[in-house]
Amino acid sequence: MSRARKQSDYEKTFAFRFFRWMGGEKDAFVGNMEMRPQKEYVEEEETIQERMRDRQQAMEEVYDSGHNKELRFFNILYRCFSIVFCVAVVALLIITVSYLPSVGREDKPTNNIVSDTYISEGLTDTGAVNIVTGMILSYRAFDTFGETNVLFIATCCVMIMLMVDEDKIRENKESNDRGFEPKNDAILQVAARLLVPVVFLFGIYIILNGHLSPGGGFSGGAMIGAGMILYVAAFGFDKMEKFFNEKVYKCVKVTALICYGCIVTYYFLTGANGLPCRIPLGEPGTILSGGITLPINIFVGSEVACTMYAFYALFRRGGL
Amino acid sequence: MEIIRNFPCLSILLAMFSAIISSALKGAGARRLNTFVVTAVGVLSACTLYFTHVTGKSYVYVMGHFPAPLGNEIRFGTLEAGMALFFCVIMLFSLNGGREKIRLEIDPGKENLYYIMVDLLLSSLLALVYTNDLFTAYVFVEINTIAACGLIMIMESGRAIEAATRYMIMSLLGSGLFLIGLCMLYDMTGHLLMSNVQESVRQIAAEGSYMIPLLVTIALMVVGLAIKSALFPFHAWLPDAYGYSTVSSAAMLSSLVSKGYIFLLIKIIYRVIGFDIFVQSRIINVLFVFGLAGMIMGSTSAIRENDIRRMISYSSVAQIGYIYMGFGLGTTAGMVASVFHILAHAATKSLLFVSGVGLTDVADDNKQFIELTGAAYRNVCAGLAFTVGALSMVGIPLFSGFISKLLFSQAAVQSNLKMLPALIVLAISTVLNTIYFMKTVIRIYTPIKSGYPSVFAKDHPLYALTLLCFVALNIVLGMCSQPIADWITQGLSVFA
Repeated sequence: MSRARKQSDYEKTFAFRFFRWMGGEKDAFVGNMEMRPQKEYVEEEETIQERMRDRQQAMEEVYDSGHNKELRFFNILYRCFSIVFCVAVVALLIITVSYLPSVGREDKPTNNIVSDTYISEGLTDTGAVNIVTGMILSYRAFDTFGETNVLFIATCCVMIMLMVDEDKIRENKESNDRGFEPKNDAILQVAARLLVPVVFLFGIYIILNGHLSPGGGFSGGAMIGAGMILYVAAFGFDKMEKFFNEKVYKCVKVTALICYGCIVTYYFLTGANGLPCRIPLGEPGTILSGGITLPINIFVGSEVACTMYAFYALFRRGGL
Repeated sequence: MEIIRNFPCLSILLAMFSAIISSALKGAGARRLNTFVVTAVGVLSACTLYFTHVTGKSYVYVMGHFPAPLGNEIRFGTLEAGMALFFCVIMLFSLNGGREKIRLEIDPGKENLYYIMVDLLLSSLLALVYTNDLFTAYVFVEINTIAACGLIMIMESGRAIEAATRYMIMSLLGSGLFLIGLCMLYDMTGHLLMSNVQESVRQIAAEGSYMIPLLVTIALMVVGLAIKSALFPFHAWLPDAYGYSTVSSAAMLSSLVSKGYIFLLIKIIYRVIGFDIFVQSRIINVLFVFGLAGMIMGSTSAIRENDIRRMISYSSVAQIGYIYMGFGLGTTAGMVASVFHILAHAATKSLLFVSGVGLTDVADDNKQFIELTGAAYRNVCAGLAFTVGALSMVGIPLFSGFISKLLFSQAAVQSNLKMLPALIVLAISTVLNTIYFMKTVIRIYTPIKSGYPSVFAKDHPLYALTLLCFVALNIVLGMCSQPIADWITQGLSVFA
C-alpha cells in the first residue's frame, strides 16, 4: 500500500484521529476531560438521628401532637375543605364557561369594531406589517410600558432576595461554593461555540424584524438572553465578565428603559394634546419603518435579554 | 390651565422614571430622588385637584394617538385627584417616620432597591387611581403586588421572608381570580375600556342574556380584590406581613396598598358594572356579612394578641371590615362613608405604626406589652401620638375615626333591613376597639422604674415632625369633615 505521507505525519491529521475514534481504539476524551464517577451521597447516622430528634421535639413540644385534639381536628377539616373547595370552584368555572358565547361564532361580542379596526387600519396607523406588534406597541403603548416595568421590578425583587455582597463573599470564601465554576466541559464548549453566535444573530434578527414578521422585542430578547446563559454555562463567569459585567448590565438596562420611557412620554403628550408625532412611519415592509415600533422593540429586547441573564446569574452565584 | 390636564399622565411616568434612574444610583441618591418625586407628584395632584374642583367635571386623557376603544386612556375627576394627593402625603409621612429604621434595618447596598420598590408602588397606585382601562388596571395590580412583596422581604429576616411568601401566594390568588373575571367580562362584552364595558353590561342586564356569567364575573373580581385587601376570611397573611416588615413598609402596606385595591373595586362598581346592577346582584349582601364578621373577628384577634405591631395589624382587619360594610349597605351614603373611612384609616393606621415603633424602641425592640409599661414617659412624643391614633380609632370626637363612624351610622339608618345589624355590630366593634386600644394606652402610661433609656424629640427631629404632621392630618380630617364629605359626594357623582 503506497502512502503519500509518512506515518508520523498522518498521525497528526484529523482523519487519523477520527478513524481511530471510529474504530474504538482510543477515546478522545480520556485524559483530556475530567472524568470521575460521582460519589454516592451517604448521610451520617448521627445527622439522621439529630434530624429525627428535632422533628420529634417540634411535634411534641410546639404542637403537642399527641394530645392536641384541636390540631388533629383542624388538619382533617383542612384537607376535607380544600378538596371540597377546589372541586366546587372548578365546577363553578366550568359551568360558567358553558354559558359564555361559544368560540368561533360570527356574532361573538369580541368580534367588534375594535379588532376590525386593528386589522383594517393597523398598517396605515402604525406602519407595522406585523399587526400584533403594532397593536401592543402603538395602540396600547401604556400597557406594554407597564409590562416592561413588571420585568424590571421582578429583577429588583430577585436582587433583594439573592444578591450577596462582594466583601462578604471574599470574607468566607471557604464556606461558600458560589464561586466554583463547573469544570470545563468539552462537548458543551464546542456546542456553545457553534450555537451562541447563531442564537445571538437570530435574536437580533427577530428584534429588528419585529414590525415585519412574527416576533418582536420580548421574544427576541428572550432568545439573546438564552444565548448569554448558554455562553456563561459553557465558559464560566470569568470569560463572560470580559464583555458583560455589572456595569455594562446597569448601563444597558437603564439606557434602554429611559429611552423607552422618553419615547412613550413624547408619544403620549403629542397624542393627547393633538400634536402630530414627528417620528416618520416609513414605507411599510422596509426595515426602517413602523414609527415608534422599531426603536421600542430594540429597547424592549435589550431589557428582556438583561433580565433573563440577570435571573440566571443571580440564582447561580448571587451577583452579576 | 389646560396644561394641568397632562399632570396625571406625567405623574405616573415621573414615578416610573424615578424608579429606573434609582437603579443606577446609590442609596442616598435614590432616597433624595424618591423624596423629590413623591413631593412633586403630590404638587401635581394638588394642581389637578384644584383644576377639577373648579371645573367640576371629569376628564378623559388619551394615552397615545388613538382614542378609545382602540388605545389606552386615563380619566380623572376630583375624587381621583384627591386620592392621589392623599396617597402621596401618606407615603411621604410614612417614609419620613421610618427613615432611621430603614437606615438601620436594611443592608446599605440594597437601600436603592427599597426606593425602587417605593417609586414603582407609587406609580402603580397612581395608575390604579387614574386608569380607565381594565387591562391597564391588571398590569399595575401586578406591579403593585411585586412591589409590596419587595417591601416586606427587604428586612431579610426569616420571619419577613416567610411573611412575604405567604403574602405573595395569597395576593397572586387574588390577581388570578381578578384576571379570570376580566377575561370573562371581555368575552361577554368585547371591550376592555371601562365606559364601553359598562354600556355592554347594561345591555346584557336589560336583555337578560349571560346573567349567570355576569354574576360569576362580579363575584370573581370582588373576591379577588377582597383577598388582596385582606377582607376578613382572607386576612391570614396580614398580621405577619405588617408585623415583621420595616415600619415604613408596614405603614405603606396598610394605608396605601390595600386602599389602592379598594379604590379599584370602587371604580369597578361604579364604572364597569354600574352601581345599580351591582346593588341588584346579591354579592353585595355577601360583602355586607363578611364586612360585619371582619369588624368583630379582627377586633377579637387584636385583643388576644400580645405583640403591639401584630395588634395594630389585626385592627386593620376590623377597619377593612368597616369599609366593606359600607359597600354592603348599597347606598351612596354608605359609599361616601366608606371612602371617608379609607382616608381616616390610612391617616390613623400609619400614625399608629410609626408611633408604635417609637415605643418599642425605648423598650429595646421588645414588642411584648409587659416590656412597654411606661414607655410613653420615655418617649413622650411617640406616646402622645399613639394616644391620638388610639382615640381616633376608637372614635372620639375631634379625630377622624369619629366622623367615619358617624357617617357609617347615618348611612345605616337610611337602610331598612340592614340598619339593625349594622348599628349593633358597629357598637360592639367600637367597644372591642376601646378594649384593646385603651389597654395599650393605659399600659404605656403606667409609671414604672425601668432600666431602658429615654429618648427625646430633639434628638430625632424628623421623627417628631412626622408625628406632628400625622396628628395634624388626623385633626384636619376630624374637624373639617363637611367639606371633605362634600368633596367625596361630588367626586362620586362625576365618577360613574
